[in-house]
Amino acid sequence: MYGWIGKILRVNLSDGTIQTENLNKQWAKDYLGARGLGTRYFVAEVDPKVDPLSSENKLIFASGPMTGGLGASTGRYEVVTKGPLTGAIAAANSGGMFGVMMKYAGYDMVIFEGVSEKPVYLFIDDDKVEIRDASHIWGKTSGETTDALLLETDPMAKVACIGPTGEKLIRFASIMNEKDRAAGRSGVGAVMGSKKLKAVVVKGTGAVTPADPVKVRSVALSIRKMMAENPVCGEGLPTFGSNILMNIINASGALPTRNFQESYFPEADHISSETMNKQQLVRKRGCFGCTIACGRVTQVTHPKYAGFGEGPEYETAWAFGAQCGVDNLDAVIKANFICNEQGFDTITMGSTIGCAMELYQKGYLTKEEAGMEINFGDPDVVIKLVEMTAKRQGFGDKLAEGSYRLAESYGHPELSMTVKKQEIPAYDPRAIQGIGLTYATANCGAAHVRGYLISPEILGLPEKLDQHEIEGKDVWCKIFQDLTAAVDSAGLCLFTTFALGGQQIADQLAAMTGIDYTAESVLQCGERINNLERLFNMKAGFTKEDDTLPPRLLNDPVVAGPAKGRVSRLNEMLPKYYATRGWDEDGVPLAEKLQELGLDKILFIK
Amino acid sequence: MQNVLLLQPEKCIDCRSCQLACTLKHYGNFSLAKSRIEVLSSPMKFSVPLTCLQCDDPACAKVCVVDALVRNPETGLVEYNAEKCIGCRMCVTACPFGNISYDRALKTVIKCDTCHGDPECAKFCPTGAIQWIKADLETLDRKKAMSAKFEQVFGKEA
Repeated sequence: MYGWIGKILRVNLSDGTIQTENLNKQWAKDYLGARGLGTRYFVAEVDPKVDPLSSENKLIFASGPMTGGLGASTGRYEVVTKGPLTGAIAAANSGGMFGVMMKYAGYDMVIFEGVSEKPVYLFIDDDKVEIRDASHIWGKTSGETTDALLLETDPMAKVACIGPTGEKLIRFASIMNEKDRAAGRSGVGAVMGSKKLKAVVVKGTGAVTPADPVKVRSVALSIRKMMAENPVCGEGLPTFGSNILMNIINASGALPTRNFQESYFPEADHISSETMNKQQLVRKRGCFGCTIACGRVTQVTHPKYAGFGEGPEYETAWAFGAQCGVDNLDAVIKANFICNEQGFDTITMGSTIGCAMELYQKGYLTKEEAGMEINFGDPDVVIKLVEMTAKRQGFGDKLAEGSYRLAESYGHPELSMTVKKQEIPAYDPRAIQGIGLTYATANCGAAHVRGYLISPEILGLPEKLDQHEIEGKDVWCKIFQDLTAAVDSAGLCLFTTFALGGQQIADQLAAMTGIDYTAESVLQCGERINNLERLFNMKAGFTKEDDTLPPRLLNDPVVAGPAKGRVSRLNEMLPKYYATRGWDEDGVPLAEKLQELGLDKILFIK
Repeated sequence: MQNVLLLQPEKCIDCRSCQLACTLKHYGNFSLAKSRIEVLSSPMKFSVPLTCLQCDDPACAKVCVVDALVRNPETGLVEYNAEKCIGCRMCVTACPFGNISYDRALKTVIKCDTCHGDPECAKFCPTGAIQWIKADLETLDRKKAMSAKFEQVFGKEA
């Protein structure tokens, strides 16, 4: 096969068997790779009702046909599983070089099944694959684990691992690769921890072969030129990283503040990339094959918050910043570094702390229960709570369950800013209508990377939409969700889509695989993937009642700032969206739609 | 005037586009192991692109007993002749920069040939960390940066 390797690796941790299998070519064509293909395998093998932390759940590391090739930002891979935070299908995306190495070692995917008795790690050295004891690194941070494993395996290998939080089954534990890159959301790291799988180390000396090397080269040159000339891909992101959004989103009145009680944070500039560029930025760094290099290498010298690493992204700066009412960037970065070392998702962590702070502010949570005063705006409390959560110590044990379960345990689930129990990222859907529709309908729970309508609604790409208008947002949402699914599944980075559209994604895929993908067929792959995920979630027990936003965002008008007086009009957009998707009024895909997408004969386990 | 590959680590973002372009050109596929240019990252995440610098007085050529590596005085390139190579790997040992390696599968030396005077790595480097420029312009970028600093310090007093 071209683009794909054509092989998958299956590792059973219960009985220690390791097998290689040929890749299902038809599925590869229809679901591309990474998120889509991983999900196709997952639904064929796992009961949708499975307990995410049980041995019956599986964990799939999946690359795409573009991963490891030359194009636009080709370093992505996904971890597909059923998420312990949400109970929904999870596909957490990460960059760096891990996924690339997996492919060069000769595998499009690695599927983990069962549970190991003792802590283990997998070492893939091309076709030599070994399950090895990991008891000496159990309990170690992602940095310590990575360093130790590179020493005992191969210095040129790449490591994906869990930190102590994955071992402790914290519901939003992530999988860290190359120390600072995260397959962050939905708790994929807890699934890895439940399997007693500490790490996957991979070294690959093989190659990815394109169908048409000449075409791949010319397509790569032309799309890289488009990206270089694009204001976001060529200027904003390279210069400032994703945190360039802090001041932009705040100015649009959409920066959620103090657990979404407000939507404007007057101190936003203190935690912005403009400030970071002057204070903590050491250098910028790209993932594999990426011309954007939005990654930020940062160093904090303030003795109390001293550290070195990568980050923060915009979402992280918001989560530990505005969401907790904190405007101390050194402290925000410190919290980020702790999450990287301990291995958990910054969005859920920060938002859960914000939720706890509101519970405390409203008197639903006492000082005794929290173990201290937890007031909005206190940077040291934020760091303390992050540390306590990592250890499941005291009140941290409650935070480790995420904001929904936390707020519910105090009788106020409405104070959890989540969809499908996953925390909403850094854009207030009362101030930006379309993104609310994305949040409510994303199959992984609330996410900004599953149909980034901020691009048209705020940044004006590919064209400017009125952020407060709902007309046509259903169509935009569908197209963005489908294109995103295709980009994720190709192994490309979503950030390239500020400059590139379906045509350029199709051009890259066609040159790489030799299959005549078009803009239309690529979008249809994306639509197929979104619908397949939807079907899985329905079998797992989700209904249209779950396609919603927290009541605050639907009912309580924004109190101040540019979006003052506005609420999310989700309930007007949702029926139109269902119709646009070819779903009935309960959000169930119609038979014709399933037939059109070739999903009518999909067999689920049970 | 001869051209040289100018490497500027301070501009490198560790994206490996150079390595992808290199193996696509020479093998028609994508691989890190066979790339003739390497990028090394320090624990402080500083990345340095490394490849054959086409020395004027090349140690690799000096130790080659069969003249499989010879410097071409006209182009300034240290050229490799696979036909003559006996696979002794003395050149790998001799290169003080580690910029030659050996492909055990193909039994050939892995060494930059500047794509015969038109290097792909430079074309695909997104930041200008790798440039193919006239030899006498090699230090121009840094001189410019330095003179800009002088302008900042003294410019207003003129």
